[in-house]
Amino acid sequence: MSFELETATVASENLRRVAIDPVSRVEGHGKVTILLDEHNRVHQVRLHIVEFRGFERFIQGRPYWEVPVMVQRLCGICPVSHHLAASKALDLIVGATKVTPTADKMRRLMHYGQILQSHALHFFHLSSPDLLFGFDSEVGRRNIVGVAEKYPEIAKKGILLRKYGQEVIRLTAGKRVHGTGAVPGGVNRSLTADERKDLLKDVYQMIAWSREAVQIIKELHQQNPALYDHFGTFRSNFMGMVAPDGSLDLYHGVLRARDADGRILFDQVDYQTYDRLITEEVKPWSYMKFPYFTSMGPENGWYKVGPLARVQNCDSIPTPFAEHERRELVAYAGGKPLHATLAYHWTRMIEMLFAAETIKELLQDDDLSGTELMTSGERRREGVGVIEAPRGTLFHHYQVGDDDLVTMANLIVSTTNNNQAMNTAVREVAKKYLDGREITEGLLNHIEVAIRAYDPCLSCATHALGKMPLEVALVDAEGTELDRKYKQ
Amino acid sequence: MTAPVLVFGWGNPSRGDDALGPLFVEAVEAMALPGVECLTDFQLQVEHALDLKGRERVLFVDASATAPAPYSIDRIEPARDESFTTHAVSPPAILQVYREIEGEPPPPCWLMAIRGAAWELGTPLAAGARQNLMAALDGFRHWLHRPL
Repeated sequence: MSFELETATVASENLRRVAIDPVSRVEGHGKVTILLDEHNRVHQVRLHIVEFRGFERFIQGRPYWEVPVMVQRLCGICPVSHHLAASKALDLIVGATKVTPTADKMRRLMHYGQILQSHALHFFHLSSPDLLFGFDSEVGRRNIVGVAEKYPEIAKKGILLRKYGQEVIRLTAGKRVHGTGAVPGGVNRSLTADERKDLLKDVYQMIAWSREAVQIIKELHQQNPALYDHFGTFRSNFMGMVAPDGSLDLYHGVLRARDADGRILFDQVDYQTYDRLITEEVKPWSYMKFPYFTSMGPENGWYKVGPLARVQNCDSIPTPFAEHERRELVAYAGGKPLHATLAYHWTRMIEMLFAAETIKELLQDDDLSGTELMTSGERRREGVGVIEAPRGTLFHHYQVGDDDLVTMANLIVSTTNNNQAMNTAVREVAKKYLDGREITEGLLNHIEVAIRAYDPCLSCATHALGKMPLEVALVDAEGTELDRKYKQ
Repeated sequence: MTAPVLVFGWGNPSRGDDALGPLFVEAVEAMALPGVECLTDFQLQVEHALDLKGRERVLFVDASATAPAPYSIDRIEPARDESFTTHAVSPPAILQVYREIEGEPPPPCWLMAIRGAAWELGTPLAAGARQNLMAALDGFRHWLHRPL
């Protein structure tokens, strides 16, 4: 099926093509193409993504115990999320239907360290340049270096928040990168009392800075509601994991979805059955699939995931400061779900605060220094692991043969879950800001601002020097290049 | 105590020649040189500006699709650039961030770019890239003893 502006209804040879390739400041390689007529009216907008090509194949045939380490190489930004989702799936292979309290809390600590560092990176270094300087401000200044010059304290706090989250990861995963902390059936280490004390020493500062970050984005919303409430706004379903009691839990729980008005569509769903719930539609113009709730069909069943979905999907947040902020958000929205694309930033900062508070609570728990690290049970051949990664719900599904080798791997990553939502966001922005106007860099950046709000993690593009240009090409109906801008 | 020399390499070890940075660091680490600290990561990130503090000299090492083979090594200075993505933060931009947040010039820094050619997931280092790596390690020994 096709959505408004997904496919032009007039002959494409009569249209002009604008490509933003790759989208800057998102993880990996993205491309936006826009078809315009001679009056610059928008006829088609598509966000294309080079997805995790070959990942499943990369995993198949490997011994299952290697997988939690291997999958970290799928993504340079959120390796911990893949590490934990794979470990949770493979717990079931070794019969560990419930890991020990020490293993559960070590993994949770690792995960909330990852949420903290990833959200800090996104807000302070990806999005704050747009938010603090304006979407069409001077392009050379619209970056973290510009932020560091104009707002050095904000930039430094962002860096230190990220550094702290990575220190949590280092101590729980065993290494700064390529950690091995989680293994099928549990963990391979716990924290010493001194390690906990060291982390506790700084966590209060992290909570304070996270609270400040929520205030920054909340004030931006309040100062300019016309922009923040309406930029790229569209209605959709949303999905995420919640604890069985309905509170926010980013590590483990059950699946819940709501419709655009906030009514529950399904709840308390065991994620082992995700493949009965979700269908992935293939479209010829994109490498990335388009998931939707099977029972509702592709037209009505697509959804958002990630912070905006999670903070509004849960009934409460189990830490005090973050819960206070959630209630303020709910009050701001007037009791109805907030669908504003830029509210992703607000909810992301509420989650960062939740992560900082959760880290503090976990560090005070003596189970983190326990010695029962592993458990096992009856061997199985199949397991699904789900985690709420920084960008949204992440599914890992494996089948393992009697020879311990992986025979099937299926991943639905957060960005894939948000595929239709991101496409809809860029179409809304194109309609409102580009339609009928001369295209400028500032206007094109509006498209990128909408994409960045979702924090898409396309990743695993090679990060070698010289491999991440931004290219915008104007091509006429005959395919002749009229203009090109290139940013190294 | 902070080691006076930092060698920082980055890249994805599972993506063919993108492993050049981490492999270079691994080889330097194996030399067990006094006063030399080795760090590696998937990619250069803003917080790595904090790793520059207290150093006498720093060598950044990455794979490159465009550097002259077998490698290039250049002194780098703080600079704002427009390539700012979380994937491709440039070393000069890291130096600029250091200057802004620390309020002082960064230590002397060099960028070693080792030429690679193939970047597919799951592929090993190509033979040509391995030769370039060996040449770069020779170059490192000269760099280490080069006067500031």
